[in-house]
Amino acid sequence: MINYVIKRFLYAIPILIGVNLLTFTLFFVVNSPEEVARLHLGNKRVTQEQIISWNEQRGYNYPLFINQSEQGINVIKKTIFYEKSLKLFYFEFGISDSGRDIKYDIKQRMWPSLAIALPSLLVGLMLNITFALFFVFFRSTRVDYIGVIICVALMSISSLFYIIGGQYLISKLLQLVPISGYSQGYEAIKFLVLPVLISVIYGIGSGTRWYRSLFLEEIEKDYVKTAKSKGLSEASVLFKHVFKNALIPILTGVVVILPLLFLGSLIVESFFGIPGLGSYTIDAIQSQDFAIVRAMVFLGTVLYIIGLILTDISYTLVDPRVRLK
Amino acid sequence: MFAFLLTDIFFYIIIFSLGYYVYYVRNTKDILETWKHVFKSNTGIISIVVLAFFLLIAILDSIHFKEKIKNEKNDLISYSSEIKSVLDLILLPTYQNTEKSYSSPFSSNLYSKETRILENNIEQRVYPKLLYKGNHNKYSEKNSYNIFLTFIFSLLKYILIFSIFYFFLFYKTVFKGISNLFHHLNSNKTFFITISVILLISIFLYDLSLQYYVLGTDKVGVDVLYKSIKSIRTGILIGTLTTIVMLPFAIFLGIFAGYIGGLVDDVIQYVYTTLNSIPSVLLIASAILMLQVYMANNPMNFENIYERADLRLFFLCMILGLTSWTGLCRLLRGESMKLREVDYVQASKTFGLSRISIIIRHIIPNIMHIVIITIVLDFSALVLAEAVLSYVNIGVDPTTYSWGNMINAARLEMSKEPIVWWSLFSAFTFMFILVLFANLFSDVVREAFDPRSTKNYD
Repeated sequence: MINYVIKRFLYAIPILIGVNLLTFTLFFVVNSPEEVARLHLGNKRVTQEQIISWNEQRGYNYPLFINQSEQGINVIKKTIFYEKSLKLFYFEFGISDSGRDIKYDIKQRMWPSLAIALPSLLVGLMLNITFALFFVFFRSTRVDYIGVIICVALMSISSLFYIIGGQYLISKLLQLVPISGYSQGYEAIKFLVLPVLISVIYGIGSGTRWYRSLFLEEIEKDYVKTAKSKGLSEASVLFKHVFKNALIPILTGVVVILPLLFLGSLIVESFFGIPGLGSYTIDAIQSQDFAIVRAMVFLGTVLYIIGLILTDISYTLVDPRVRLK
Repeated sequence: MFAFLLTDIFFYIIIFSLGYYVYYVRNTKDILETWKHVFKSNTGIISIVVLAFFLLIAILDSIHFKEKIKNEKNDLISYSSEIKSVLDLILLPTYQNTEKSYSSPFSSNLYSKETRILENNIEQRVYPKLLYKGNHNKYSEKNSYNIFLTFIFSLLKYILIFSIFYFFLFYKTVFKGISNLFHHLNSNKTFFITISVILLISIFLYDLSLQYYVLGTDKVGVDVLYKSIKSIRTGILIGTLTTIVMLPFAIFLGIFAGYIGGLVDDVIQYVYTTLNSIPSVLLIASAILMLQVYMANNPMNFENIYERADLRLFFLCMILGLTSWTGLCRLLRGESMKLREVDYVQASKTFGLSRISIIIRHIIPNIMHIVIITIVLDFSALVLAEAVLSYVNIGVDPTTYSWGNMINAARLEMSKEPIVWWSLFSAFTFMFILVLFANLFSDVVREAFDPRSTKNYD
């Protein structure tokens, strides 16, 4: 098992290199640093000196791959590829285009993101599974049919509608919680209730339908028929046998997104003014701060790969049939 | 003179391939049976009719032309730089005049007060009357009567149009006697009811919008209903073009990886795992940001605003396609690996069929169900994604009509008191209708095509 995990980590390295090369190509080859500087300084009436100094301040003034003006190891080290791309591997994110330390910002901002994402995930999971079990219990009846239709309708509504509608109804009309904002400690709860609630409601449609189909797939299997023919009641078959076995795909589906919870949700955070990583990314996209976007791409990839490895490990823990080689 | 935008050409290709697929299905017995299953279900037929109606609007909106302008002085004919579509011609009365600013649905005056100086130099704050609509009732001064009478006239028009169409399409049944006619109508009840509802609603809305702003006006006084209808093309284009763009990659690479295996498989797997590891929003954002920089630095490559906006829409579809082909590719790889070992493929190999002919004859027809399910499943997700991307400023061009842009613009007015709700309402409603029926359709299609799906549980 340890061998397997090590192997998986080694397999992650080429993927990270691939992602790194891709972002490097996107950010530095498609448009040269000079063109990016021109965009930031405003297109017209920009002098060459201004562009050079802008690039110098942010360390974009090196050649892309090989610096022929330097000696020894610095030929490779004093290049954009090393400074901006390879350094990501030791999580040296450097300084954003607006001059802030990205690593510090990320450390500060991941906790508010987690404070929304984790409760949303847990509450959503419980609600979705409960609804799904309920519909499966009443399968092939009118209850199930209407339930599925409601789920499809809920799925068809834009996430923006839930957010705008929720803000208008709960914060503006009923004035139960503040519209947006954030604060430290227990005070934060009143700011977190609405975003969590909206994330949960948004997820109900697709979540319930997904878990319902998982349970239905499980119910088709032979051991369920055996259990029924032994004379077990419908409820005990559903809760003791089907639910337990369906937990395997549910658990692995959850584990893969656990690390990504740190990244937060882009639009929910930005609508509610939560200083998390999601709103950080949106701000960076809107102000065209490419250093932050690059760092977030790398971070997101690392977290996704960690999620995949955790999924494999959790498989062996919950399902004794799976052996990793 | 006709004008062809880049997305138009691709849209025609999509329509053409759709037409070819229909022809192909009609000549292939087993697939025809599967599709009959879709058409027989009530949900299936309703969603097909509604989606076809949306598609028709998108097609009308994709036939573009430039208007002729005759110069009075020297009789020279030139073409206007403005590009219009056939849909614009049809909807001309609804958008040719614009008001000053916001007005609420069916209202007869503007939404905010203005200062007006009366004859005796007294200033007064009044709601200015709307200039073009809202005060021009055709049938009665009272609004409720007028709307009712408009409805009656629309109903009459609808009956006329419906009977004409019915007569042209099914004139054989008409002459066979009245009982036969009722039987024909009754046996296709769902189909005719859906068509009637859509037809009636469109005629009624058109008649109404000649007299009122049915969904109000926006900040610069443009009819919101017109904007919502124009947005249909963008939504449908993003939903279809994205999949069409990625389809060749996914099918080609997926089959190659699965059927040939070995080093090819490793390389293809590596490529899609790498692309898949990047959170898709971030990948889309990076690509669009770089496109923005490129377009900002090379303004001369884009002739006018229409082409510029159109090119951005096209690139958005390309980028969305680039990030979404990986899922389908993985599915197809798995399926081709399975098919490689199946008896009839092994047999054709022994008979000496080349790899290419095996792929064309046996593999591709047997993976098509996965492709179809993916196309219809992705469609609704993409329509919804457009709105979110526009909110983050990485969606379509701000000058393009799209529901995302409408929501984005209206969001800023949320703080107004009383709030301007109609723009949001219409964008969300149109989007909801399209996505809902696309979802219902995809459910029916999946049930019919998925070999694993069991039609009745228990």
